[in-house]
Amino acid sequence: MTSSDPRSVLGTLRARIATLERGSGTAPAPVAYLPFGLSAIDRLLPGRGLQLGALHEVAPAQAAISHAAACTLFAAGILARTQGPILWCLAARDLFAPALARVGLHPDRVIYVETYREAELLPLVEEGARFRGLAGVVGEVARTGLTASRRLQLCAEESGVTVLLVRRAPAAAEGGGTTASAATSRWSVEAVPASRRAAGFGRGRWRVGLQRCRGAALGSEPASWLVEACDEAGRLALPADLAERSHPQARQGRAAAG
Amino acid sequence: MAVAQAQAMVPGITVREATPEADADALARLAAWCLWCAPLTAPDPPDGVWVEIAGSAHLFGGEAAMLRTLLTRLRAGGCTVRLAVADTPGAAWAVARFAPRETSPLVGPGQMAAAVASLPVRALRLAPETVAGLAELGIERVAQLAALPRGPLSLRVGRAVLQRLDQVLGHAPEPIAWAMPAEAAVVRRAFPEPISAPATLERVATDLTGDLVALLARRGLGARRLDLSFRRVDGGVHALCVGTASATRDAAHLARLLCARLAEVDPGFGLDEACLAAGRTEPLAAVQGEGLDTGETAQVDLAALVDRLAARAGARRVFRVVPVESRVPERSQRRAPPLAPADGRSWPADLARPARLFEPPEPVQATALLPDAPPALFVWRGVRHRVVRADGPERVRGEWWAAEGELASLRDYYRVETEDGARYWIYRDAPMAEGPRWWLQGVFG
Repeated sequence: MTSSDPRSVLGTLRARIATLERGSGTAPAPVAYLPFGLSAIDRLLPGRGLQLGALHEVAPAQAAISHAAACTLFAAGILARTQGPILWCLAARDLFAPALARVGLHPDRVIYVETYREAELLPLVEEGARFRGLAGVVGEVARTGLTASRRLQLCAEESGVTVLLVRRAPAAAEGGGTTASAATSRWSVEAVPASRRAAGFGRGRWRVGLQRCRGAALGSEPASWLVEACDEAGRLALPADLAERSHPQARQGRAAAG
Repeated sequence: MAVAQAQAMVPGITVREATPEADADALARLAAWCLWCAPLTAPDPPDGVWVEIAGSAHLFGGEAAMLRTLLTRLRAGGCTVRLAVADTPGAAWAVARFAPRETSPLVGPGQMAAAVASLPVRALRLAPETVAGLAELGIERVAQLAALPRGPLSLRVGRAVLQRLDQVLGHAPEPIAWAMPAEAAVVRRAFPEPISAPATLERVATDLTGDLVALLARRGLGARRLDLSFRRVDGGVHALCVGTASATRDAAHLARLLCARLAEVDPGFGLDEACLAAGRTEPLAAVQGEGLDTGETAQVDLAALVDRLAARAGARRVFRVVPVESRVPERSQRRAPPLAPADGRSWPADLARPARLFEPPEPVQATALLPDAPPALFVWRGVRHRVVRADGPERVRGEWWAAEGELASLRDYYRVETEDGARYWIYRDAPMAEGPRWWLQGVFG
């Protein structure tokens, strides 16, 4: 490379690729990012946060129902930190709205639509993803295919609506390992035991894994972090007993090691 | 006849005030109702309704069958009616009112003269004094009148009599002010060739929506419900209906709602007519467009989204969830219409509530070390969970006003965390004679 500054060349190339990926020669719309507020996570993500106006998948790491419930709250916590109405596409009747309010998603912001057939759910999600003005759409799906996720991703990019697909079962449970997806990022959430030393019945603890993310500086191993569950404003936090002791360098090592 | 005179003649007679305006209104409504069988109807005060059945009788299988259908439906509606069909309005009027019951109500083509010949001259819709004048001349039947030479007759009784006679016989035109019911906003399109391609159906639906929206805009109305019906060449009718959450005149939005449902239409051998009606409308004033983009994000209008979702999933499956002031968890939320005004209420922030709530709660076998202690171990869905951490109890009393038998019921809720980190919501109901029972009602994230 004979260029004077490799960084600027890379930046130009990235911008060109982004333009190509958007499918047209027009200038890409400005992309907004929603930081998690945890430098350990944000530093891995392009734009230092979760890309808004994109498709993200959240799946439980294991099949137990508590992990699926953690995924629900993880998604609700993300959307709680955005502004605007939310569409929540239900596939089952057991979602309890007060829990969403507890992570900061006010009931006035959420419109629900329910259906019981998987085939009907994704069209509903797509209607929401096409609707400019929504802050986000949540779809509780069992599985997604490459075509469906590609469609949703394009809708989300065009309208600026953040689409979160919350899977009810881990990807591995389908037998096919990780299925192909056009999602911008894919997260796994697992409810893990709280610290033995914590006094009382505090916030729950999750292991949040970033399995893939377009444009992220991920190593070969997926990154994961131990975090405290969403607080009343939808924010994650580093567990106090880890945050106290670990140096930022040590945390990074943990992240890389998964 | 004065009322007093009538009362003197018939003791105990019931006297009702005449209400000519209400009668006229009812007659106009009846005329509008008759639109289902023919495209043109008009009220004929004080007691008649004109129906122009030319071109529509074959839809009912002929004039006789049409009269039978009409008669059945009118009688079912509580009307006492006599019907007649003739080439001219005058002849039908005369036969319906003055023909003996045993004669056919159907006057064949060109048979008006024969049909009205034996009827009294009143059947010509003449003024009472004219009828009296004719009676002085000894003319009581239409046939007698028709037999007289026209010139002297016109001089003697006036042109009005001859005009009426000509109208009955079809020699003079009779214009009728057909009623157009104001409330029905309907646009139609008939096709020279039957259509069936989905793309064509979409274009037709879009065009009709544009026409209808223009019609509604002139009337200052917005559509709440649209009924789109297609007539197939084999006579079948396929109709579909879409609703909107708030009155709208957005043609693109309405067309999109309709197009999403067009897949339900089975064109069969083809469709030869489409009709789009605004089944329900509400006043909707014109709104001023925004002249300048101020850059401020206005309140998002979710009505269009709600309509699209409702068209796909069903109107009752789009909702918001609002708080209900109840301590019983499963009663603390309620579904509300999706566009219900936001009132800012939420649930109490200090009460921990699970992300997933089971209804009904699932029974678990639990072991507690002490009668009032949280469970130390429980078996749920056949799996043993050891509790390492618990919080509670949160005591919820039954709401005796909500359901019978809840007066004595009591629940002690515990949040428990098991060895593998899962957090559950478990409660014990009031100690019964057989001991407390444990239920698992929810899962925290």
